[in-house]
Amino acid sequence: METVWFAIIAFMLVCYVVLDGFDIGAGIVQHFVGRSDKEREVVIRAIGPVWDGNEVWLLATGGTLYFAFPALYSAAFSGFYLPLIMVLWLLIMRAAGIELRHQLDNPMWTKFWDFVFSLSSILLAIFFGAALGNVVRGVPLDSTGYFFEPLFTDWGTTGATGILDWFTVLSGVVAFVALAIHGANYLAHKTEGEMNARARKIVSVAWFALVLVTLASLAAVLNVRPTILDNYYFLPIGWLIPVGVIASLAAIKYFNIKGDDKKAFLASSVYLAMMLGGAVYGLYPNVLPALDPQYSLTVQNAKAGAYGLSVGVIWWSIGIVIAIGYFTFLFRTFKGKVVVGEDH
Amino acid sequence: MEANTLDRIQFAFTITYHYLFPQLTMGLAPLIVIFKSLAIWKKDERWNETARFWGKIFGITFLFGVVTGIPMEFQFGTNWAAFSKYAGGVIGQTLAMEGMFAFFLESSFIGLFLFGEKRLGQKLHWLSALLLCVGTWLSGWFIIATNAWMQHPVGYETMADGSVQLTSFWSLVLNQWAVYQYMHNMGGALVTGTFAVAALGAFYVLSKKQVEYGKLFLKVGVTAGCFASIWMLFPSGDLQGRMIAKHQPVTLAAMEGLFDTTEGAPLVLIGQPDMEKKRLDNAVHIPNMLSFITYQRWDAKVKGLNEFPEDQHPTNVPLLYYSFHIMVGLGTIFIGIMVIAAIWLWRGWLFNANWLLWIIMLAFPFPFIANTVGWMVAELGRQPWLVYGLFRTEHGHSPMVSGGNVLFTLLGFAGMYTILSLLYIFLMLRRIEHGADELGMIK
Ligand code: HDD
Ligand code: HEM
Ligand code: HEM
Repeated sequence: METVWFAIIAFMLVCYVVLDGFDIGAGIVQHFVGRSDKEREVVIRAIGPVWDGNEVWLLATGGTLYFAFPALYSAAFSGFYLPLIMVLWLLIMRAAGIELRHQLDNPMWTKFWDFVFSLSSILLAIFFGAALGNVVRGVPLDSTGYFFEPLFTDWGTTGATGILDWFTVLSGVVAFVALAIHGANYLAHKTEGEMNARARKIVSVAWFALVLVTLASLAAVLNVRPTILDNYYFLPIGWLIPVGVIASLAAIKYFNIKGDDKKAFLASSVYLAMMLGGAVYGLYPNVLPALDPQYSLTVQNAKAGAYGLSVGVIWWSIGIVIAIGYFTFLFRTFKGKVVVGEDH
Repeated sequence: MEANTLDRIQFAFTITYHYLFPQLTMGLAPLIVIFKSLAIWKKDERWNETARFWGKIFGITFLFGVVTGIPMEFQFGTNWAAFSKYAGGVIGQTLAMEGMFAFFLESSFIGLFLFGEKRLGQKLHWLSALLLCVGTWLSGWFIIATNAWMQHPVGYETMADGSVQLTSFWSLVLNQWAVYQYMHNMGGALVTGTFAVAALGAFYVLSKKQVEYGKLFLKVGVTAGCFASIWMLFPSGDLQGRMIAKHQPVTLAAMEGLFDTTEGAPLVLIGQPDMEKKRLDNAVHIPNMLSFITYQRWDAKVKGLNEFPEDQHPTNVPLLYYSFHIMVGLGTIFIGIMVIAAIWLWRGWLFNANWLLWIIMLAFPFPFIANTVGWMVAELGRQPWLVYGLFRTEHGHSPMVSGGNVLFTLLGFAGMYTILSLLYIFLMLRRIEHGADELGMIK
């Protein structure tokens, strides 16, 4: 049962990264795609009706994590205390940036909120990448089942680690570049004319950076956590994941050149899913590896009671079907290009 | 200061602030459904316009509810890790269900409701208002069920490692405490919503701008507000009180400021608890009334604080006592205002009774106060327990997070929320002013 919940949470996390990923990405590239006030408004309108729903995947994932693996939730959330609270502040700023912009028709007001929106999106992407980096690297859990990490120490990946070190910063950069491309793909798909051309241009240039940092991070993971390959040797079907990463990278470039924005967007979605899936596949059965392996939290020692988990499968299955229904309806209703200067 | 104290201050501050917004959205949501229904039923475009106008206010308030709600979900882990590890096997259920069943619903339909009227057409737009309302009320249900379990734990067993795990899904989700708490709390949200609608109506009528719309607001606000206000005292408040008397007698004693066990206990109207001398100063009371309302017998025995060991007493008795008396006092005043306003409306005097309109206009902040102190009653009354009778608050905080780190984030939240408050007030004032110019012309 705990393996089922591990898979469910991994699935929800992937949904979150793919969905909220594109509106965070839109924030990263907003000032490059939208040169004028009216164009930047288009960026906001392209994500306006959907960003909140996307963000709920984060909350739902958090809630599900709490429910299925309470010990993991407690250890991870208190251990990452500072960066998580900062993520909260960034989420508040970002939401304000998106929703307050159109409340006032004043160029200083809109300029300010665009700035807030972009800055918080950029920082969020880096924070999320660094968080994943921490999980892959392992954290200083001890026999109490808790840990606490300061923001940074000596930037090394062993001993007294901090949230930020060379490895987690690299993970942050990967997330930043990947989400920028993902967001640009989405905007290319949702806009026309010059904006569309600029968004495509971003994808085509940033693609080279993405290939570079993807390779660098792969090498770094093998250096920091060599055991990540164990599961791959044990169950070789997992090698399909790195193949998927390479294929999706190629597909992003291919469809970008062909000018098929929708397919390019799907390719960057697959890329994100595969990168995340690759890490998750390598970690199992750990949910939070410790630097000292005997204290690692696993699906076994972090799970909730058996009865609760089996009841949960029932309502979760109902809930997810309904939620997917809402999203299909929502995205259908707002499909099509967003045009400069038009209202909703 | 100790980490535990700071964790408590931060949680209390952020949740109190969060709840200022959902009480308004949960109160407005059913009213917007009413406006939308009236528009379709009476084929009167003015009701549609009213729905759009309040929809905008709803939208801004919803946003603030969302951004202040996200920190709540996280803080169970960041600040209350030991508690989460202990109780996550039970309350994780309701919190996860809130995400799956309520937040997805709300967040999808808010977009459709606010931006989709043209694309959806009237019938589907009405449906999206309804589903939005269902979403906010479901959200309230799951969070109340969570809180109710902390007040009155049911359907669990204690495991060898000391944690609690669920044994009965339905007794958690349909906890009797939750049923009564929900009835009362949602009534409180409706009071906030109806008072806001009525107050703005009174303002438009008094300022002679948008008099026509002001009257519409007043009609709905006063009618629904009258029912909601009475509902708070009876049956819902009464039922809440009886639950407390049955399951948390020491809390009841503290709420009422009753130190000695008394047969035929009086109901205190005024008086200040003196914790050193253990008595109420200058008490004004109604004889035998407390015995009657809790046990329906004039001479029933009510246990006083002195009956219970000191370490079971709520940690802040005077604040609990005042919170309760402010809530009940305000509740009585609300009933007074709304019943008079309803009679005046029914007789057709309301729109010319300036004195009454002034009162309605100025009353809107008080439901926020009543709801806040109401929650203080519930939460302070639960002390010194985090899970009543099972798990003490002093053991609940995150063991590795130091006081210095919590103080840093507490100050950060304080600053952030100060700015949010200014923005909210600014945006609300602008909406009200715009309404005065534009109502009747919104597309
Ligand atoms: C507009 C708001 C409002 C008003 C006018 C009242 N209440 Fe209330 N009350 C609440 C809003 C509220 C609340 C915010 O909704 C609380 C906090 C927790 C809860 O379930 O409801 C609450 C809690 C609460 C509790 C404590 C529950 C607990 O400890 O868990 C009692 C005994 C009452 N109420 C009783 C009353 C009575 C007898 C009232 C007489 C008029 C009254 N309330 C008016
Ligand atoms: C329904 C969900 C809620 C849950 C699960 C919850 C839970 C908690 C927790 C964990 C604490 C910290 C530990 C403690 O001091 O007891 C707390 C304290 C507190 N909460 Fe709540 N709370 C909820 C709703 C609310 C609301 C809506 C309000 C107010 C509007 C509120 C007001 C307070 C206050 C004032 C404290 C401080 C009590 C003290 O420090 O003695 N709570 N609550
Ligand atoms: C500790 C307690 C609480 C937690 C963890 C919490 C969590 C949250 C979260 C995460 C959101 C954002 C949802 C979104 O993005 O759509 C939210 C909003 C909301 N919360 Fe809370 N909340 C708490 C207390 C309460 C209480 C006591 C109520 C009312 C009974 C409530 C009712 C709502 C509603 C209706 C919303 C929707 C947004 C709105 O209408 O403003 N919450 N809450």
